[in-house]
Amino acid sequence: MSDLPKVGARERYVLRIADLSLVLGQRLGEWVGHAPALEEDLGLANIALDLLGQARLLLSYAGELEGRGRSEDDLAFLREPSEYFNATLAEQPNGDFAQTIVRQVLIDAFQLPLFEGLASSRDERLAAIGAKAVKETRYHLRYSADWLVRLGDGTAESHARAQAALERLWPYTRELLEEDDLDGEMAQAGIAPPLSAVRARWDAQLDRILEEATLKRPPDRYHRWFGKRGEHGEHLGYLLAEMQWMQRAYPGARW
Amino acid sequence: MSSSPAALATGRLEAAWRTLARVEDPEIPVLSVLDLGLIRTLEETAAGTLRVGVSPTYTGCPATEVIRARVQQALLRAGLGPVEVHMQLAPAWTSDWISEEGRRKLNAYGIAPPAPHGDAVSCPRCGGRDTELLSAFGSTPCKALHRCRSCLEPFECFKCV
Repeated sequence: MSDLPKVGARERYVLRIADLSLVLGQRLGEWVGHAPALEEDLGLANIALDLLGQARLLLSYAGELEGRGRSEDDLAFLREPSEYFNATLAEQPNGDFAQTIVRQVLIDAFQLPLFEGLASSRDERLAAIGAKAVKETRYHLRYSADWLVRLGDGTAESHARAQAALERLWPYTRELLEEDDLDGEMAQAGIAPPLSAVRARWDAQLDRILEEATLKRPPDRYHRWFGKRGEHGEHLGYLLAEMQWMQRAYPGARW
Repeated sequence: MSSSPAALATGRLEAAWRTLARVEDPEIPVLSVLDLGLIRTLEETAAGTLRVGVSPTYTGCPATEVIRARVQQALLRAGLGPVEVHMQLAPAWTSDWISEEGRRKLNAYGIAPPAPHGDAVSCPRCGGRDTELLSAFGSTPCKALHRCRSCLEPFECFKCV
């Protein structure tokens, strides 16, 4: 594996996909005890747990690549917002249940082909994590897509809320799906699937789900979000403050 | 699993397999870690350490670390140390690795064994085939919630992954 890209780039890419799972999982955790029904409380918490599990494996690996002795916990609890590399979509607030479900569909439909592609990565560790995560993500997408169909093809109220959430979150999908230099470098090296291939699968999934949900696909618009390179909006800081305060207040505290 | 060629190789490995057959899953105590297909490798290193590869069911399953600790303790208590237990991610765990015996025990315990997505799930209480999915997620990452339309009892089903 001597011709793999320099460690700095690979570690940054692993953080990018780790942070997507971690930040989305943290958001879903906010629903615990508040979801509209017990089944949805369990569903969202279970998805959050899977995402957290994926993030742990990826963060541990990023720490090893970095080689400075940082653990998964150090990376999760002691990085600043500008050191988080998740796409900005993941940190968007839960809003109402429709907004949470729309965000989930948009990211599940992205992670499914991403993890499938990672499963055949030249990086063996990422291949193992990808093959593991793909099973979980398939289950997540089944859940979120089912819900989006029920909301979209439901009452006038649920349809309107689902469509509004879609309009609100759609502009963030460009950043998720658009290849930047780092994505390109990883694809070139056979470490990650090319984002163009991921995007083609995402498009097909979304068209299928939105049609069944009787929702209208919003037009693609110019975007100005760069969470993938650490430039986040106003929401991530609050999310991390909630997630990190214990370690910040009591450094090194353990169970 | 006890018929694996490795088990016959040495008495220590054979004893280790027998010990592992008694290590309970923390969430579903009627199943052993062998019934669940969680032990992927068991070997003796040149240095004389017993190396055990444990496969996690779900990446975030909190039971994984308890299982790891239990496996380690059980083998040490059986006098089979030194032992090194590691997490083995590849190939990814699948519910197909649950043994026939494990499926039977699950059903008797009141949890329907995994059935492929879309296949009918039989009620573990009355055996009725007319069941419905109540919730895709349940009390642990590995289970979903169903209901039997014949006896009207809700029951858990092991997710098929």
